[in-house]
Amino acid sequence: RRRIHYKHEAQTARDCLVLHHLSPMRRRGFHLIPRLSSIVPESCLLIVVGLLVGGLMKLVGEIPPVLESKIFFLYLLPPIILDAGYFLPIRQFTENLGTILMFAVVGTLWNAFFVGGLLYGVCQLEGHRLVTVDLLSCLLFGSIISAVDPVAVLAVFEEIHINELLHILVFGESLLNDAVTVVLYHLFEEYSSVGSITVMDVFLGIVCFLVVSLGGIVVGAIYGILAAFTSRFTSHTRVIEPLFVFVYSYMAYLSAEVFHLSGIMALIACGAVMRPYVEANISHKSHTTIKYFLKMWSSVSDTLIFIFLGVSTVAGPHEWNWTFVMATLIFCLVARVLGVVGLTFVINKFRIVKLTSKDQFIIAYGGLRGAIAFSLVYLLKTEHFPMRNMFLTAIITVIFFTVFVQGMTIRPLVDLLAVKKKQETKRSINEEIHTQFLDHLLTGIEDICGHYGHHHWKDKLNRFNKKYVKKCLIAGERSKEPQLIAFYHKMEMKQAIELVESGGGAKFPSALPSTVSMQNIQPKKPPQDRALPQLSKAREEEIRKILRTNLQRTRQRLRSYNRHTLVADPYEDGWNEILIKRKKMKELEKKMNNYLTVPAPPPDSPTIARARLASDPQAWGLKSVTESIPTIKVDLASPQSPESVNMVDEFGKKGSQSKASKEEEGGLTMKVPSPTNQRKDKTADEDNDKEPQQRLMRCLSDPGPTAEEEDEDEAFLP
Amino acid sequence: MGSFQSLPDDHQYRTLSQKTDFSLEQIAILHNRFKQLSQNEETLRRDDLKTIQDLESNPIRYQIIEAFFDRRNFQKDGVGSVEEIGFEEFLTVMSYFRAPAHRITEEQREEMRRAKLRFLFNMHDTDNDGTITLEEYRHVVEELLSRSGALGRETAKGIADAAMLEVASISVGPMAPDEFYEGITFEHFLKILKGIEIETRMHIRFLNMDTTVLCKQHCV
Repeated sequence: RRRIHYKHEAQTARDCLVLHHLSPMRRRGFHLIPRLSSIVPESCLLIVVGLLVGGLMKLVGEIPPVLESKIFFLYLLPPIILDAGYFLPIRQFTENLGTILMFAVVGTLWNAFFVGGLLYGVCQLEGHRLVTVDLLSCLLFGSIISAVDPVAVLAVFEEIHINELLHILVFGESLLNDAVTVVLYHLFEEYSSVGSITVMDVFLGIVCFLVVSLGGIVVGAIYGILAAFTSRFTSHTRVIEPLFVFVYSYMAYLSAEVFHLSGIMALIACGAVMRPYVEANISHKSHTTIKYFLKMWSSVSDTLIFIFLGVSTVAGPHEWNWTFVMATLIFCLVARVLGVVGLTFVINKFRIVKLTSKDQFIIAYGGLRGAIAFSLVYLLKTEHFPMRNMFLTAIITVIFFTVFVQGMTIRPLVDLLAVKKKQETKRSINEEIHTQFLDHLLTGIEDICGHYGHHHWKDKLNRFNKKYVKKCLIAGERSKEPQLIAFYHKMEMKQAIELVESGGGAKFPSALPSTVSMQNIQPKKPPQDRALPQLSKAREEEIRKILRTNLQRTRQRLRSYNRHTLVADPYEDGWNEILIKRKKMKELEKKMNNYLTVPAPPPDSPTIARARLASDPQAWGLKSVTESIPTIKVDLASPQSPESVNMVDEFGKKGSQSKASKEEEGGLTMKVPSPTNQRKDKTADEDNDKEPQQRLMRCLSDPGPTAEEEDEDEAFLP
Repeated sequence: MGSFQSLPDDHQYRTLSQKTDFSLEQIAILHNRFKQLSQNEETLRRDDLKTIQDLESNPIRYQIIEAFFDRRNFQKDGVGSVEEIGFEEFLTVMSYFRAPAHRITEEQREEMRRAKLRFLFNMHDTDNDGTITLEEYRHVVEELLSRSGALGRETAKGIADAAMLEVASISVGPMAPDEFYEGITFEHFLKILKGIEIETRMHIRFLNMDTTVLCKQHCV
C-alpha cells in the first residue's frame, strides 16, 4: 500500500535525468568553496539548490517534479540503507542494542502520541479552521513526524565525526524506528477510515509491530544467508560477485515491502548477516567494487533526495496555518527532549557506561527529520485527509528546521561542549590480541561464577557459528581461519601493498617503524655452541657461496607477503603463479629432510638486515621438533622472479634452555633464546638429499589444508 | 581463612564487602558458588575449577585458572602461587571484574585501570620477573590460537613477533642495532593498551539474585 503508487512519470523521468546531471556538478561546485562546506552541511546546500531549481522551473512555466513516493521508496532509499547496513559496526551495535531499541521503540511511540495528542488539543482549542481535524488524523500525523530519519542523520553526523557510541545510538535508532513508523502509519490510516479504536485494536497493534519488525529481520536474514551461500560458489565467476550482493539485498527489501513488513529492517539484517561470510568468500577486487558502488549509489541517492525535497517545497501544494505549523514544531522539539531525558534516566540504570547529559543533549539534538516523513505524508490521499496539504507544509517546515538549524549548529555545539570525537587511530595488533584475550577471559570468569551472562551467550553463538554456519557459507580454507589470523593477514597485506607501492626495500612500511626490528628484540649471539654435527668445510663454503649470491639477488627484489594466505586467500590473481611454484617447492622439499647448521651469516649491512626484518616481521618457527634446531623460513620473493626461493632463518627455538640463562639483577631481564639465533640466508639445495645424516628442516609457510578438527573460536560478533 | 561456616556470617561478609566493594547479596551468591565448586570444603583447588564443563572449550582456561592461584593477585607484593585458596582470595580475584561505579573521580578510575591491567599483566608474565618477554607473549598468542591446529601455531609466532615489534616501537622508539628490547614492562603495557577502555570493558555483571540454583544441572 505504501509503495504501490503508479502514476505516469514520463515528465518526471525527464526532469529526474536533468536533475541527475545537475547534481554532480553542484557537488563539485560545492567542494570548491571549502569555507562554505565547513559551516553549512551538505544537505542544507542541496536543499537550497533544489529550491533554486524548483523556483527556476516555476518561473519558466514548467511544473517542477515532486518527490514521488514510489521513486523515493523503491529507488532512492534502498541504496542508502544498504550502505548503512552492510557497513554497520556490529560490535558497537550489539553492545548498545538495548539502549537503541529503547530509543527506537519507546521513544518513537512517546513522540508520536505526545505530538499527536497535543496537536489535537491545539486544533480543538484553535476553533474555526482546525476543529475538523480529528484525533486519528493528528495521531497519524504525529506518528509520521516522530520518526528520526536515517538519511538526514547520516548526512549530518558523517560530517561531524562524533564518537562511535553517540553515532551508533542515534543512527541505530533512526534505522530501527522504521518498524514502529510502519505499524503506526498503517494502523492509524486504517482506523481513520473506520473511525474508532478499541482495546482489541491496540493489542493487535502490538502484535502487528512484533510481526513487522521480526518478520522484516527474518526475511532479511534469509536473503543474507542465501547471498552468503551463493558467494561460496562464485570462485570461478568473480566478476558477478558484487551483483549477488546487490540483487539479494534489493530482493530482501522488496519482499519485505510486499508483505508490509519493515523493508528497512530487512535490508539492514540482510547486509549485516551476509557481510562476514561474503567478505570471506569474495575476491579483493569484488570487495572494493561493492564498497565503491555502495558509496556511490548512496551518495547519489542522498543528493537527489535533498534536491527533490527542495524542488517539492516549491512545487507545493501548500496550506500555511501559523498555529498548526508552529505548534507542530514546538511539540516535536519538546517531545524529543523530554523523551530522551526520560528514557536515559531509565536506561542508565542498566548501562555500565552511563550516558552523560552531554550525550543526552547530542542525542536529542540529533533527532533530525527527513525525506521519509515527507514521502509518507505525500502518500496520504486528500479525500481521506482533507488537511493533507497542511500536514505537508508542517512537515516541510519541521524538516527544514531540523536540517538547517539543527544541522548547521550541531557542529559548533559539539566543539563547544567538547563532546568526544571519533578516534582516528588504527587498530593495533596488540589491541586485537587483547580484545580476543579479554573476550575469552570474561567468558571464563562468567563460567566460573556460574551464571550465564552476556559473554557466555556470545561465546556460544560464536562457537555455533564457527562449527556449523561457517562451514556451510564459507568456501574452503577460509572457514577455519580465526579472526586474529585474519586481522593479521589484513595488516600484512596492507604493509605489503604499501611496501610495493613505495618502491622497494629502501623504504619501510609505515605501520611498523623500521627503527626497531626483530634483531632488537632478540640479540645476536655468536654461534659458539652448536649441538649438531658439523658440515665438512667444503660443504660449508659451497653453502656460503650460494647464500651470498642469493642474498645479492634479494636486495634488489621487492619483498612481498604471501605465506599461507595464498592458499586460502582468493586475493589478487597475480599470486597464482606463486602458488603453483610453491606447490612444486613443497613436493620437492618433502623429499628433503636435512638439518643444516650454518655458521655466521655472510657480511650483511645492518640496514639491509633491518630492511628485511622490518618488512618481514613475523617469524616462522614451524615444527620445531627439537629445541636446538634452527628453524628455517620460506620466504618467497616478489612475483617478478618467483623461481628464486629464499630460505631465511629466523630464531632458533631454544625453549626451556633460555630460562637458565637468567642471572642479571633487576626487573628487566631478557630471556635470551638459542645462541644460534641469527638471521641466515639459505637456498634450497638440491644436493642435500644426498646426505642423509644432515637434516634440513624446511619450515613451510603454508602447510596446506592440514585440517584440524579443533577449531579456534573466531568471533562472529567481532 | 577457614573461619567461614556454612551459615552466612554477616560480620565477615561486611568486612569482605568493605574490602572488595561487593554488596552483601553478591558476596552471599559468590559464596554459594564457591561452596558448590569446592564441594562444601573450605578451600578451592585447581582441580575443582577444572571440572567446570563450560571452561573446557575456552582456549585460555589454564591461564584463567592460574590467575586464581597467583599470589600477586591477592595483595600487592605477593609472589608465587598457592595450591588452594579460600573464599577471601576467590572474592578478591573476582573483584577485579567489577564495573566502575557511576561517579568516581579520575584518580579512582585510573587506579582501577591500573589494577585491572596489572591483573592482565600478571596473567601474561608467568615467571614473575616483571616483564613479558617474547617467549611469554608467543605463548599467549599460541594459547589464543591453540584451536587452529598447525595453521595457528605457525602464525602465532609471527603475530607475537609483530606485536612485540609494535610495543617496542611505541614504547622505546628508534633503537640502534646493538641495543635490545628486553620485554614489555608494566608501563609499556599500560601504554599500548591505552586505546581499550579497560575499566569498562573488563567487567562482568555480578547478580544480586541467586541463579546458581538454576544452573545446577549445567554446572559441575
